[in-house]
Amino acid sequence: MSLQIIDASVVYPGLRGRPPTEALHSVNLTVETGEFVVVLGASGCGKSTLLNLVAGFISPSSGSVLLDGQPVQGPGADRSVVFQKHALLPWLTVRDNVAFGLSLQGRPRTERYSISHRFIELLGLSGFEDAPVYTLSGGMQQRVGIARALTCDPKLLLLDEPLGALDALTRERAQELILRVWDRSGKSVLLITHSVEEALFMGTRLIVMSPRPGRITHTFDLSFSRMFLAGQTARAVKASADFIALREQVLQIIFADEEDAA
Amino acid sequence: MSGHPVAGTASPAVRRRGLIARLARARATKPGEIYGVPGAGDTRLLSIATICVLVFVWWLVTAMGWVKPLFVPSPQAIVGSFVSILQNGYTGEPLWVHVGISTARVFGAFLLACLVGIPLGLAMGISPIARGIFDPPIEFYRPIPPLAYLPLMIIWFGIGETSKVLLIFLSVFAPVALGARSGVRSAAIEQIHAAYSFGATRWQVLVRVILPAAMPEILTAMRIGIGFGWTTLVAAEMVAATSGIGYMVLSASQFLQTSVVIMGIIVIAAIAYMFDLLMRLLERRLVPWKGRM
Ligand SMILES: Nc1ncnc2c1ncn2[C@@H]1O[C@H](COP(=O)(O)OP(=O)(O)OP(=O)(O)O)[C@@H](O)[C@H]1O
Ligand SMILES: [Mg+2]
Repeated sequence: MSLQIIDASVVYPGLRGRPPTEALHSVNLTVETGEFVVVLGASGCGKSTLLNLVAGFISPSSGSVLLDGQPVQGPGADRSVVFQKHALLPWLTVRDNVAFGLSLQGRPRTERYSISHRFIELLGLSGFEDAPVYTLSGGMQQRVGIARALTCDPKLLLLDEPLGALDALTRERAQELILRVWDRSGKSVLLITHSVEEALFMGTRLIVMSPRPGRITHTFDLSFSRMFLAGQTARAVKASADFIALREQVLQIIFADEEDAA
Repeated sequence: MSGHPVAGTASPAVRRRGLIARLARARATKPGEIYGVPGAGDTRLLSIATICVLVFVWWLVTAMGWVKPLFVPSPQAIVGSFVSILQNGYTGEPLWVHVGISTARVFGAFLLACLVGIPLGLAMGISPIARGIFDPPIEFYRPIPPLAYLPLMIIWFGIGETSKVLLIFLSVFAPVALGARSGVRSAAIEQIHAAYSFGATRWQVLVRVILPAAMPEILTAMRIGIGFGWTTLVAAEMVAATSGIGYMVLSASQFLQTSVVIMGIIVIAAIAYMFDLLMRLLERRLVPWKGRM
């Protein structure tokens, strides 16, 4: 599924006399089928807004958002979202949360459970199938959210800081898992993260955003995930000279932005 | 205060600050507890002690003859009238008939109010049209005491069961509907968005996300609502009733049978309390996640 954002701006109205916020200013972005685009930027620069725009939860104040050439009218099952926070359903068990999308789509119970079983296992949640989600740790809840989005086999996967609450080891595992799923399925992915290393490792393209107003300032083409999928270990990729050089370059851009803003 | 175990050399000011600090700080946790949960701790013993003290003071006041039995009969007299009415009935009807008919009135009205009020409240929560239409009438009648519109009920619906049940219904309906309405806002927008991004229809979002998320508030509203129902019972049974606990209390008061009045009040309180326990149990079963996410 290809995504085209053309000259899109988003303005949040100011409440109670405060000035309106221009969360996105004239953003242009194209994501072709099978691309993995990572968005990086300081807190408050409009990353979640961009993702909500693509998901169809908000509409642009100007410009347009096209999916396969058709304007986005609202959310749909072709795009699954992993949210930054608070999106699991506490009245359901882990299994039913993971199977939630499938059950909305009316799939029979046995099929639902066998599909969700696979993703529960993939994300290392085996043994917690019947636990209520509110008894899980923050990182486990994030993994339930990822599993839930993957079960529905969306054409475009939208991930808003999905790995933020994971420890270093689980985080690397989850990165590798998402890369493998992406590689095998040919999905398009839009991933938001705060981690420069994660961004460089996972994306085929990196987009750096700046705040006030939120806009895209830099774009990099990346090939590190290809190196990983071709057989190199994740650590070897992340320790390579190219990787480190680019990481420093991107960090400098972000720090310069922060100083401008301050 | 003087027996407070503080280091002997501390000045009174320091000691006082120590006490205040101790009260202001949450207790340290025991294993299996979580620090700082508001109101954590068992209250059963304290509650039983309070009841015992109250009954003892009551007994003392009557046994010492400080007030006339006409005003405050002794606890024994209450038990006596309970036993006698249990054996002989009141105005020709056995006690369980009075209890049964009152319970039926309150529960009938309560069920009806839930059946109408919860869907209507949810509709008001999700649709500005429903809110625009139903908000004014509900907000208009809600603060009026049921006794004030009781005469209207009688004029419109006569002195049969209809006006009794309707009066109780109205007192339960408003809190239940308003609870369901505000419960709609309990669902996080991310939860709703998640459902939509899996292709959910509006109806599915309502049934699978908004309704369960609103459950805690709906149950609380039901608890409050049934409480209002019991408060209105006596008013409802003022209308040409010939049976019911409220009727028993009213007619006993006309014959200055104070012990029957108090006994009736205690019976009403006991039934209402048992139902409240049931609702709390239901709450623990249905929404164990309340306030946890
Ligand atoms: N619903 C809203 N109403 C008004 N302003 C909003 C709203 N949502 C976001 N904003 C503003 O838009 C800007 C961008 O917000 P956004 O949530 O997209 O940032 P973000 O890049 O995702 O940040 P973070 O990395 O902290 O999640 C912020 O300045 C924020 O205050
Ligand atoms: Mg965000």
